[in-house]
Amino acid sequence: MTKEPLSTDATTQVRAGDTIAEFVSTSKQYGAVLAADRLSLRIRRGEFLSFLGPSGCGKTTALRMLAGFESPTDGGVLIDRKDVSKVPAYKRPVNMVFQQYALFPHMTVAQNVGYGLRQQRPRMPKAEIAAKVQKALATVRLEAFGPRRIWEMSGGQQQRVALARAIVNEPKILLLDEPMAALDAKLRSEMQHELLALQRSLGITFVLVTHDQEEALAMSDRICIMGKGRIAQVGTPQDLYDRPRSRYVADFVGKANILEAQLTRVQGDTGTATLANGIAVHPQVFAGDTAPRKAEIAIRPEVLSLAAAGAPLPEGTAALPARITHRTFLGDHTEYLLVAEGIGPLQVNVPRQAERVLGGHDVEAMVQILWPAGTGLVLAAEATTA
Amino acid sequence: MRLYALAVYAFLYLPIAIIALFSFSAGRSAASLQGFSVHWYHKALHNPFVLEALWTSVRVAFLSALLATIAGTLASLALTGMRGRVRAIFDTLVQVAVMIPGIVIGIATLIALVSVFDLVNPWLEPLTGLKLSLGTGSLVAAHGLFTMSLVILLVRGRMESLDPALIEASGDLGATPVATFFQVTLPQILPAIMAGFLLAFTFSFDDFIIAFFVAGSDTTLPIYIFSSIRRGVTPEINAIGTMVMGASLTILIVAQVMLRRSQAQPRP
Ligand SMILES: Nc1ncnc2c1ncn2[C@@H]1O[C@H](COP(=O)(O)OP(=O)(O)OP(=O)(O)O)[C@@H](O)[C@H]1O
Ligand SMILES: [Mg+2]
Repeated sequence: MTKEPLSTDATTQVRAGDTIAEFVSTSKQYGAVLAADRLSLRIRRGEFLSFLGPSGCGKTTALRMLAGFESPTDGGVLIDRKDVSKVPAYKRPVNMVFQQYALFPHMTVAQNVGYGLRQQRPRMPKAEIAAKVQKALATVRLEAFGPRRIWEMSGGQQQRVALARAIVNEPKILLLDEPMAALDAKLRSEMQHELLALQRSLGITFVLVTHDQEEALAMSDRICIMGKGRIAQVGTPQDLYDRPRSRYVADFVGKANILEAQLTRVQGDTGTATLANGIAVHPQVFAGDTAPRKAEIAIRPEVLSLAAAGAPLPEGTAALPARITHRTFLGDHTEYLLVAEGIGPLQVNVPRQAERVLGGHDVEAMVQILWPAGTGLVLAAEATTA
Repeated sequence: MRLYALAVYAFLYLPIAIIALFSFSAGRSAASLQGFSVHWYHKALHNPFVLEALWTSVRVAFLSALLATIAGTLASLALTGMRGRVRAIFDTLVQVAVMIPGIVIGIATLIALVSVFDLVNPWLEPLTGLKLSLGTGSLVAAHGLFTMSLVILLVRGRMESLDPALIEASGDLGATPVATFFQVTLPQILPAIMAGFLLAFTFSFDDFIIAFFVAGSDTTLPIYIFSSIRRGVTPEINAIGTMVMGASLTILIVAQVMLRRSQAQPRP
């Protein structure tokens, strides 16, 4: 059984956007631990998808079920619309970059990279293997390193060998399990850019596992946020930041203030809600939301702004009286922690430019937090109770 | 402290060094040095009894080491695939087996073999005309059985330190389980297997106690030396002893180097 390489000829050009792999209500149970709980997800051909979540949430488990190292205890895994749940790893057209690289120590760099090609039946001619290996090494800028031993390579170089060893097989999907975890910060951001450029030029679908929120935001076309073995939300990085459906997602991607409120009216995509201190605000709502109900509102710290107590308000803006407890200057913005009357602690980030024009505020000062109409988001009803 | 260590080493190695020294004596006494010659080596190597015993020893050592290596390696592989409890029990049993005194193994093997022969021979003989008896076969079996636990210890140790991700990576790259074994697992554990073979060979080659019980009418080199000594120690015996020791030491050192290599191999 050979791995089918990703076809690159013009007649079967990749149709960006159609489904290349799919989890169909896939579960994985390890003894008493439900590591994956009814995952349902379509992975699109050619996209860069990340699994993002805290330690132990089941990201690796999901990836290993795609690779074929684990078989689901329930549900299925499809690759190219074929159920591969029972297909062992060596027959699947996917390749993986391991967290600790898992390079073969008894082989040279070139032998490592050519390993997958040497497994193909019917056998690939030696000259062709050598040419492909050289090309893959060039792709990761290691042309001259073929004859080296693995332990003569630095961590960053080893990672590139692992990458070359995977992409030389032209897999349908490239799986990466925290590939950058062992690199230092500078090398990591370099590798992120290289990886992205590589993905764009090869057109291979990449599935990355990470617990680094910035990494996921910077690299992914779409992010699948996981928690406790479940998929919390799938979307573009911007979508997840602007329209988190649940408190979990709002907290995990960026910072968010979460406020209890009573949703009293829904009008199109905005609603009217009364906060705990009796003040009415006008946040966005998800389509299909209904009032009246108890609700949670998420609002990003940079959406709010500050004004001196008693200052006149712009039209449609709600004002929450509050006292400043902490002020942290962070260069491009200043972070204020406040206690709003009848509500509790809130965070407001003021851009440096705004502070230059309007002036800053001192700790212990009484101010107003300004909440413009149409900002903030009423979290989805089902997510609040879940 | 250093003096003490020196004394211990002297106590351990001085008698051996003296034997080696006396083996080069030109005189007839085995307990003094009279001139220098390789006369006794020449004599030993032309003694047909010595040569026959040597040949038996080498044959038994090679066959038993081969048996132990193959069976021990397969057992190690099987153990690695087993679940925690069962594996722990087998691992302990193997460790215990290494520590059992040779005399116990010798007697136990003898009794076991003789009982089996008594049971089998009445059926076998009328059918085939063959009769099982003690000899090279029982020597190989007894040595192979004992040294198998040495091989298992070494190979298991190496398997434990093998990164399971390597096996997965091989499968991920399209290698069948069999191909993975030959291209990844075997090269990784080969130094331990070869070290195991060499240790097994030396053990069998040097062993007297177990061989004494199960050799039957066969004579291995240690048995020959033992029976010669009863007729008096000659410089010829010293020469043979020195040669056996030299060969064993060489093999043991090679085995040690191999083990070191396999453990000191840098890992990514
Ligand atoms: N082979 C296994 N046997 C038993 N339990 C397992 C096994 N593999 C994973 N688990 C459990 O399944 C859950 C999910 O594990 P998984 O490795 O998928 O997490 P993860 O999201 O990759 O975490 P991390 O960021 O720490 O790598 C954890 O509770 C873990 O303890
Ligand atoms: Mg993980």
